Amino acid sequence: MNALKNETPAALVGKPLPHESAHLHVSGRATFVDDMAELAGTLHAAVGMAECAHGRIRRLDLDAVRAAPGVVAVMTAADIPGANNGGPILPDDPLLADGVVQFFGQALFVVAAETHDAARRAARRARVDYEPLPAILTLEQAIDAESWVLPPADLARGDVEAALAGAAHRAHGETRLGGQEHFYLEGQISYALPREDDSVHVWCSTQHPTEMQHLVAHALGWRAHQVSVECRRMGGGFGGKETQSAQWACLAALLATRTGRPVKMRLDRDDDMALTGKRHPFRLRWEAGFDDDGRLAGVKFELASDCGFSADLSGPVNDRAIGHVDNAYYLDAVAVRNLRCKTHTASNTAFRGFGGPQGLMAIEAVIDDVARRLGRDPLDVRRVNFYDPDPAAGRDRTPYRMQVEDNILPALVAELEVSSRYRERRAAIAEFNANSPILKKGIALTPVKFGISFNAVQYNQAGALVHVYSDGTVLLSHGGNEMGQGLHTKVRQVVADAFGLPLADIRLASTDTTRVPNTSATAASSGTDLNGKAAQAAALTVRGRLAEWLAGELGVAPQDVVFERGRVRAPGYDAGFSEVAARAYMARIQLWSDGFYRTPKIHYDPVTRLGRPFFYFAYGAAVSEVALDTLTGETRLLAVDILHDVGRSLNPAIDIGQIEGGFIQGMGWLTTEEVWRRPDGNRAGELMSHAPSTYKIPAVHDVPPVFRVALFDNANVEDSIYRSKAVGEPPLMLALSVFFAIRDAAASALGPGSLPALAAPATPESVLRALGGA
Amino acid sequence: MTRNQIQFYFRGAVRTLTVSSPTRTVLQYLREDIGAVGTKEGCGEGDCGACTVVIGERVGDRLELAAVNACIRFLPSLDGKALFTVEDLAAGGVLHPVQQAMVDCHGSQCGFCTPGFVMSLWAMYENHPHCPSQEAMQDTLSGNLCRCTGYRPIMDAARAAYASPRVELQRGPIAAALEALRELPVLEGREGDARYAAPRTLADLLERRARAPQARLVAGATDVGLWVTKQLRDPGEVIFVGGVAELRTVSNDGAWLEIGAAVPLERAFEELALLHPAWDGLRRRFASGPVRNAGTLGGNVANGSPIGDSMPPLIAAGATVVLASVGGERELALEDFYLAYQRTALAPDEILCRVRIPLPSPEAGRHFAIYKVSKRFDQDISAVCAGFGLTVTDGTIRTARLGFGGMAAVPRRAASAEAALIGAPFCAASFEAAAAAVAADFTPLSDVRASADYRLTVAANLLRRFWLEIGTALPVSIEALEATP
Repeated sequence: MNALKNETPAALVGKPLPHESAHLHVSGRATFVDDMAELAGTLHAAVGMAECAHGRIRRLDLDAVRAAPGVVAVMTAADIPGANNGGPILPDDPLLADGVVQFFGQALFVVAAETHDAARRAARRARVDYEPLPAILTLEQAIDAESWVLPPADLARGDVEAALAGAAHRAHGETRLGGQEHFYLEGQISYALPREDDSVHVWCSTQHPTEMQHLVAHALGWRAHQVSVECRRMGGGFGGKETQSAQWACLAALLATRTGRPVKMRLDRDDDMALTGKRHPFRLRWEAGFDDDGRLAGVKFELASDCGFSADLSGPVNDRAIGHVDNAYYLDAVAVRNLRCKTHTASNTAFRGFGGPQGLMAIEAVIDDVARRLGRDPLDVRRVNFYDPDPAAGRDRTPYRMQVEDNILPALVAELEVSSRYRERRAAIAEFNANSPILKKGIALTPVKFGISFNAVQYNQAGALVHVYSDGTVLLSHGGNEMGQGLHTKVRQVVADAFGLPLADIRLASTDTTRVPNTSATAASSGTDLNGKAAQAAALTVRGRLAEWLAGELGVAPQDVVFERGRVRAPGYDAGFSEVAARAYMARIQLWSDGFYRTPKIHYDPVTRLGRPFFYFAYGAAVSEVALDTLTGETRLLAVDILHDVGRSLNPAIDIGQIEGGFIQGMGWLTTEEVWRRPDGNRAGELMSHAPSTYKIPAVHDVPPVFRVALFDNANVEDSIYRSKAVGEPPLMLALSVFFAIRDAAASALGPGSLPALAAPATPESVLRALGGA
Repeated sequence: MTRNQIQFYFRGAVRTLTVSSPTRTVLQYLREDIGAVGTKEGCGEGDCGACTVVIGERVGDRLELAAVNACIRFLPSLDGKALFTVEDLAAGGVLHPVQQAMVDCHGSQCGFCTPGFVMSLWAMYENHPHCPSQEAMQDTLSGNLCRCTGYRPIMDAARAAYASPRVELQRGPIAAALEALRELPVLEGREGDARYAAPRTLADLLERRARAPQARLVAGATDVGLWVTKQLRDPGEVIFVGGVAELRTVSNDGAWLEIGAAVPLERAFEELALLHPAWDGLRRRFASGPVRNAGTLGGNVANGSPIGDSMPPLIAAGATVVLASVGGERELALEDFYLAYQRTALAPDEILCRVRIPLPSPEAGRHFAIYKVSKRFDQDISAVCAGFGLTVTDGTIRTARLGFGGMAAVPRRAASAEAALIGAPFCAASFEAAAAAVAADFTPLSDVRASADYRLTVAANLLRRFWLEIGTALPVSIEALEATP
């Protein structure tokens, strides 16, 4: 049996195969939740939203809502039979405001009506009076008021004060980072169907069906086995449908069980953007001591995050920020102070990178400033601070005490430095800038080291269910969710190879809590690592049973039974897989199996924040070149070179898609995407960047005219699925190179030694301000 | 004689449909009424492109195809036209070349925006028998947002579609089917309180306007559409003007270019670009292809938004507007058309009939530029939009028209800055003086797009940029820069 447990030869794994649903996507036949044929009697839900940022509800008059045409049911907090909570960790996230409004737009009540339009119209007919309470809308106000969703956190190593005091140079700085709207193209949606004997089924666009199941059960005052949650695919998630799909799943289920009718809750785009949280804005402050080469002796950080009104995932997001302030660099003496600020805004949440990007920005801001103060190329300062691949150097332990064992970054950066012609281009850019007073160019190379695994150790498990039917076709279920990242495509390749079958013989089932229970969120880039292994285990179990049974029949050893190209072969035997499956069924061989996987080696103490939280690291680096107009602050990304580590790629086309898409999304966060709320007046706190008309994610012209992306030739040192590496989040942080290239261009405009105070997003206005205008 | 049923070509035949509400959208019809769910709703405001469909219209004896946003397109405007959605493309189950190219190039990830991209690509493929330039392809896709791919594979697919054997729509039978619809009576109806009509002649329109001055005139509905989908407003009585023949004409008599109020923006910009290439630069950045195909120049001008992008350069070009009523026509300088925030000089019984732009005289020394500053290059609302027109003879600035948008409650000229230029020598110092003066002309707002300070600084700097561009050889456009090799 040992031979059977080894990985199978890769016939389909490693190939640049199309997305498993691509043919459906392009023809409009891929079914999203809103595309399902509506069941008879379906009602449509809409929420009534608060129009103050912080206030006590004095009067909530819903008579006109109830009287509106088509309205069937209206619910407030008082009507919720179970827990009025959508919070995943702390119960501080009401589904419907209960007495107090905590952000502008918060859901006050929910209405079900005969049509989507009738529900929306009715929801606007409420009469609400508020007793205004003081609203905290900015990070500064929150810090001054010591307004926290969770207590401040610290992580330290070494004597940082002594290191700072003893350093040849000492400097400090501050960088501000904005939030980011997920802008999944498919907005939040849930469709709940009441079923017999107090049960409900919910089709939900979610990254976390199991959590939806539990929160729906809690809201109804039920137990988990009364609720099932299903998702075939999402039209994008990016973290925004990890916890924050819960409110809509719960409200749909509450209305469905109350009315006894199916209820669809689909948020209008503007409402979605106002109601749901975003990437956490941060204020980063630091103080560093360093030598003449820029080598850091000690760094103190203060990472202040805007969590919005509730805890949501802010604890783990901030933990990951703390865990990524090192990025690629060895920090001998380091102290991190992390503030988890409460403001009266929508509750900020998971977003691709999950605090990692903000942590990386902190250290990269330090490095960029140190280089500019010393008059050195930032790449040289980066390099002297890299973790040392040689353990003997004693510079390979992260601040949380994990050893960096597979440090390929120095080699990767060296390769990119040459392939991108970084040095030659920097010289040419300096010459261009010397002769161009109005337009300036800038260039930057930034690295990424990103830890792979959930910090919360228990989430690093996955299950799968593989059915081989008696005609030899395979139905594959696993606990991960497809949101466009290609998870299903990759897992299908793995299972196809396990059976030696063509892809067409493997069909994906929707992710459903009735098929695979106790799933983890499809998040932390871990979907393929976890579910690929679980599905492979399930498939190999079935294959093992087939091999053993056939070996017995044929009088050969089980390891002599080979599954390839749709055939099953053994010495003197050659049959189609379907024929073998049919015969095995007749012989009463179990043709289906579960599979389970838990990530080895990892441990983490959430109190001390020390341990080995990550199975391995994913690496990458990018070079960006930008142009900047000093008259307006407008910028243009001219060229990008990326070299990224995905281990042994399961599917290079999908991996490159993740790299490019992640990069462009990160670029949006740092350039055009500005979350903007009214700062004052009686509608203070109202989100004004509430739709794609006012919130600008990258469009086609923003793609750099030169965009070279390559995969670094590498195999995961850890026993991951086919030695691949996770790819969902790490490439987003390659976009830091865009921000620092803009800063480089701005520094050229301001002159040698300048330290442009550039805030993200680097909108034209932000850039012009850094240049001293506006 | 009138009728209250629309007729349009869809899925291989002419369909007849009773209009339940004049503001029911094409997207609602597709998704909710007939369960054609391939077309998606991403934003409900024409900004993401997930709902992109293609409209076919008979022009002469040809069928012309244009991508539009179904989410803000009102059903009555389909009358007499053809509608194509993503479900129409794969004939007999075989993917169309643009669909196959999207699969082969890995152009979809989550797949939700994909049908919209496919329809934009299909319109491009049909309208361009040969693969267009990179710029034209980007232009085609500027109204489609994708949050997953980063667009590179979609651009690859746009090219790759041309490498397969060509598959073309058979337009002849469709054009013939639409021909039969041309003689139908005027569409007019009433559904509850909602009265609507779609006159075909100016005379009919003006009479209806005189009878119903409260009626809402709707052309492309790229703004009114949002009143319905976002503000849930009931526009009351609606007169659709898109079918009025006189408003769809363009003429050029050698002295003036005249653009009918219901001429789509795309066509209007093409005509304006013949006067000066700066208009093509603005065209590229004005909303998106689908919005420019639906929205009209008259709609942009008459709507009078302080952030409408056509007006500052039209003002700079010396454009006028012709207003018409049953009593006759009158002509106003465009800058005099705007009285206050969203208030114009239109009398209750008047409509905006056409926009007139003087042709530039061929003499040397005439300078014209359009600048748009926004957070994003594609499809964004301006923080500041400026149109500058100048004549210079013998080294002296003779005339100056400086139109600004985003700086005041209406699109407006910068009087102090113009005064600083007129009669001044054509040199940097004069433009510095104008830049200093422009602060006195405007008291802009701070909002989601930019702060007041930024707007004032940029307004002044755009005057500096204008000088650098016309008076020096310095490069001033980042768009013209290339990557360092």
